[in-house]
Amino acid sequence: MQAKGKVGFLKQLKHSLERPLLRQDLMAGVTYLLPSAVVLLAFVILPVVMALVLSFSKWELLSVEGRKFIGLGNYTYLITNKEFWNTIKNTIYFGAVKIPADIVLSLLVAMLLNGSIRGLSFYRTIYFLPVITSTVAVSAVWRYMYDPNFGFANVVLKWMGVGPQTWLYDPKLAMISVILVALWKGLGYDIIIYLAGLQSIPRMYYEAASIDGANAWQKFWKITWPLLSPVTYFIFVMSIINSFKVFSQIHVLTPKGGPLKSTEVMVLYIYRTAFQEFRFGRAAAAAFILFAIVMAITQFQRRVIEPRVHY
Amino acid sequence: MIGLSARNRVTRLLRHLVLIAAGVVMTVPFIWMVSTAFKGDGEIYIYPPTWVPAEIHLENFSRAWNYVPFGRFYMNSIFIAVTVTVCQVFTAALAGYVFARVRFPGRDAIFYMYVATLIVPTQVTMLPLFLIMNELKWIDTYQAMIVPFLASAFIAFFLRQFFSTIPLELEDAAKIDGCGRTRFIWRILLPLSRPALASIGLFTFLGHWNSYIWPLIITNTTKMRTLPIGLRYFVEESGAQYNLMMAAAMITVAPVVALFFVAQRQFIESIARTGLKS
Repeated sequence: MQAKGKVGFLKQLKHSLERPLLRQDLMAGVTYLLPSAVVLLAFVILPVVMALVLSFSKWELLSVEGRKFIGLGNYTYLITNKEFWNTIKNTIYFGAVKIPADIVLSLLVAMLLNGSIRGLSFYRTIYFLPVITSTVAVSAVWRYMYDPNFGFANVVLKWMGVGPQTWLYDPKLAMISVILVALWKGLGYDIIIYLAGLQSIPRMYYEAASIDGANAWQKFWKITWPLLSPVTYFIFVMSIINSFKVFSQIHVLTPKGGPLKSTEVMVLYIYRTAFQEFRFGRAAAAAFILFAIVMAITQFQRRVIEPRVHY
Repeated sequence: MIGLSARNRVTRLLRHLVLIAAGVVMTVPFIWMVSTAFKGDGEIYIYPPTWVPAEIHLENFSRAWNYVPFGRFYMNSIFIAVTVTVCQVFTAALAGYVFARVRFPGRDAIFYMYVATLIVPTQVTMLPLFLIMNELKWIDTYQAMIVPFLASAFIAFFLRQFFSTIPLELEDAAKIDGCGRTRFIWRILLPLSRPALASIGLFTFLGHWNSYIWPLIITNTTKMRTLPIGLRYFVEESGAQYNLMMAAAMITVAPVVALFFVAQRQFIESIARTGLKS
């Protein structure tokens, strides 16, 4: 029984050290935890504390001033800064388009794949191919396909009767182009997960519904969707967290943040501020704002959305 | 009766059509990658682009390979990913065992510390880590890409969950037979956990293989770059030399794709399993 409170802890410690069996447990526990605990403390916990301190300081390698404490200065700069708000907007835009599209499309394909169908493993392999290939490599391929003069994307547009676009160079289209790549890359994973979810729904529910005269639409909304809600919730939560962390494909597709900075997402801003402008204090503060936003969203999901998930 | 089976056939046909269309969308970029990789320097600028190259230019691959040291990038990536994976799984297995089986005062507090490391995003820690590496004079070294990642709370929790499914009686029986903790872990627990270790190992390896922002930040010189970063610089350098760029992309992608086709089921299942478990 672990008692609470510091006095309790010291007493327990003493207690454990005195009894050989408990002492063995204590020694074993500490020894086996030591390797990972030390690494995590030194390379995760310590940096977080450092980042916090940094975020309250002004430290810019390229300026003549040294480091100094400025309290909330970085934070007030950022929340009143148009460029930073642009990155927040871009990040949210990315998620707001990608995530619903992802969920709808992957569920659709998973439903089509469900049930005895020939070639299931063939389709599964094909859909998973984008998932396992290197993000940099596929982003390079898409960069080529988006080339306004030589790429395939404009050929497709011509087939559809639409004029050629400049894609990654067009402020209105750049982000959509990026989202398309992210969607293409991640769909296979969500399809597999939805498929697993679908396959775990007992067929007799559908059979019972058929007997009661339900049509396909009703079967979906009353059986499939609710029973899949844990899977959807999982995909939703993971997608939101990942959408705030997106970096590598944007860095390959539009390294400078795109035309009129339309694809500069928060991580790209942090990277630029820290490693190109060398404004360490501001970058640390931006990272913490990112952290805070992700936490807020996660908490919101856990309190508001999760209770409505059927388990 | 006839109407019903005809309707079934039509639905089935439609299903396949949509699935095939989706499959085409998924594979078209790869087709372009392969097609362009073999084209000559002039042919890539023909518009509309040709599906099949007029002549096969195998030398594109050696040109790309020599333009930047892909061999070295591969070695770096393999060395780092393997080392990190092995160390992470090993240290996390020890930690997972303690969290699942060993009680002592203060253990729960340490547990929460591990949880905390999972909540913090890497975007917060990457800058201070960089500064730490700078202090240690580890910028642009292998240590910088390995040491900070020797442990993983995620794997520790994953294995903790797995270890708690192993019956306590097994360990008690071992103890009665005079088997110490260490030997129990090494001789009994770990071999029993092989499927879980393999799953999480593969998952971790893939994640680290594709690791991007940290190697980007920490490497300066070409010879230290990992595959994603090396390829990215190649992409920037080669500008519109799309045939070489696609050849380089192929070089990067081919081994993983080959491995994938050979071990599909394990791949997909292990990724789905670890994904769902979290």
